[in-house]
Amino acid sequence: MTRHGGIVTVARQDGADQPSWGVDEVCVSYGKTVALDNVTLPVPAGQVTAVVGGDGAGKSTLLRCLAGVLAPDSGTVRRPPKERSGYLPATSGIYPDLTVTENLDFRARGYGVSRQVVRERAAEYLDRSGLANASDRLAGQLSGGMRQKLAVIAAMLHHPDLIVLDEPTTGVDPVSRSGLWWLIARAAAEGCAIVLATTYLDEAERCSSVLVLEGGAALASGTAEKIVAAMPGSLRALPARPEGEAAARSWRRAGRWRVWDPDPAGLDTGPADSEVIAPDLQDAVTVAALAATPGGAA
Amino acid sequence: MSALASCSKVTRRFGQFTAVREVDLQVGPGEIVGLLGANGAGKTTLIRMLLGLLGTTGGEVTLFGEPPSRLTRSRIGYVPQRLGLYDDLTPTENLEFAEAIFGAGGTALPEPVRPYARELVGSLPLGVQRQVAFAQALSHQPDLLMLDEPTSGVGPLGRARLWETIGDAAEAGAGVLVTTHYMEEAQECGRLVIMADGRVVAAGTAAEIVGSRQVVGVEAESWPTAFGALEQAGLQVALAGRGLRVPGADPAQVRRALGDLPAVVRQVPATLEERFFELTKQASPEAAA
Repeated sequence: MTRHGGIVTVARQDGADQPSWGVDEVCVSYGKTVALDNVTLPVPAGQVTAVVGGDGAGKSTLLRCLAGVLAPDSGTVRRPPKERSGYLPATSGIYPDLTVTENLDFRARGYGVSRQVVRERAAEYLDRSGLANASDRLAGQLSGGMRQKLAVIAAMLHHPDLIVLDEPTTGVDPVSRSGLWWLIARAAAEGCAIVLATTYLDEAERCSSVLVLEGGAALASGTAEKIVAAMPGSLRALPARPEGEAAARSWRRAGRWRVWDPDPAGLDTGPADSEVIAPDLQDAVTVAALAATPGGAA
Repeated sequence: MSALASCSKVTRRFGQFTAVREVDLQVGPGEIVGLLGANGAGKTTLIRMLLGLLGTTGGEVTLFGEPPSRLTRSRIGYVPQRLGLYDDLTPTENLEFAEAIFGAGGTALPEPVRPYARELVGSLPLGVQRQVAFAQALSHQPDLLMLDEPTSGVGPLGRARLWETIGDAAEAGAGVLVTTHYMEEAQECGRLVIMADGRVVAAGTAAEIVGSRQVVGVEAESWPTAFGALEQAGLQVALAGRGLRVPGADPAQVRRALGDLPAVVRQVPATLEERFFELTKQASPEAAA
């Protein structure tokens, strides 16, 4: 491994002086590909922080730094020691030929949690996330959503200080997703810092703060309200796809077309059949991605 | 309007288990219909019957006015969840293969795929792979498109571009039936059909389905403390930003559970997702525990 220059601070959480986990000005390259370019993200205790972006945006690389499985080329990572963090990789790390209970026993005992405590916590988490009837089933026979819930429970059973979840809800049906979100809220309510990657903005909106990544760069960050308020330019809705160069700055939404104008003066000068739109997070993130695309903006 | 796809009292049993019961569903030309449901709600069984891969136990499926057959299949464009592409062929080769099967020709690669024309599909970003799958499904100009979770794993801008492709096909007159797990995608559909426990439990626009339903919103000084108190009272609580939402409870009940905790409690309009849970729970109480 030739990585060097990155600073990784490993600290323990103590009640009096809670360290804030996160990354500062982190850079990671794989060969010539820049996976993370000067990215900063605080991950406070008792909050859920979302990292959004498409395939290849750098979400997994960032989470791998926070989980301690990857050291950055430069910048600072602040994280608890491995035994005080929980990590759910994009492929879930569950043993298919063990039962649900055996998986949890195995994982938690690896963290030094007693069998008694594992049983008590597991019973509650399984019950509240809708897995109670599955405890004796082989993990390999669970549906995708049930397996993800199991993986999240396995990552939080030792009550870690930091939980890192890489797309826990992708491809998961809404009922399992609500069970997953109950687990996430429960861990945050107990004071754990949670950071998760998602491609869905309605999920990001449920988090305390959001980082928008694209091509390894941070396009926007902060609360959902702040990201929306900071959207550059102006936004209009049109009944049909605009012609000419505006087409590259437009997208379909809810049966109409959104057109982004990098110039805030566009609020006053749009076509007659258009209407000024107050953006939401979905609009603001789409605009951020357009503005960062060569040719997508002016 | 004559429906492109029509289910009339369609039922499908597997032994003792009824996967789909008495489902009515129509997709007309130019229409985008969203099919929503939890795992096990019967969506996949219904789609397999519409594709002609599975027979019915009762009721009637018609496609373009006739029973599903090899002939009707040739008028359908289908994108399965796993895309159905050959990873070790290029986008161009995948497209040519599909065209050869359907006797079509001359389909241009969509613009976002062009830079990748000579690379193997298996090595491409997911959003680009999905564009290839869409182009393949559309190459024979089908009258009916069936899309299973079409944008899963794709980022916001990529998703907007995929919905553009779907919308263009509908504007050109195709009927579209699309399954999704994500309520923010449901707003792209002109009409929604919600299935639970094999049945259609709601149909209409998102606004019609949600109606005037409300849930209790809680803005507490400390949401974790409020979360704990509401949990303790046995209420169902969901996190939303720094606030909480309590579906299925009334404000007085929530106020009581919070005791002396400083919090603003008020009724707020329910989301489509919250209404979806309510419907799913009513249909099969233990599935939505």
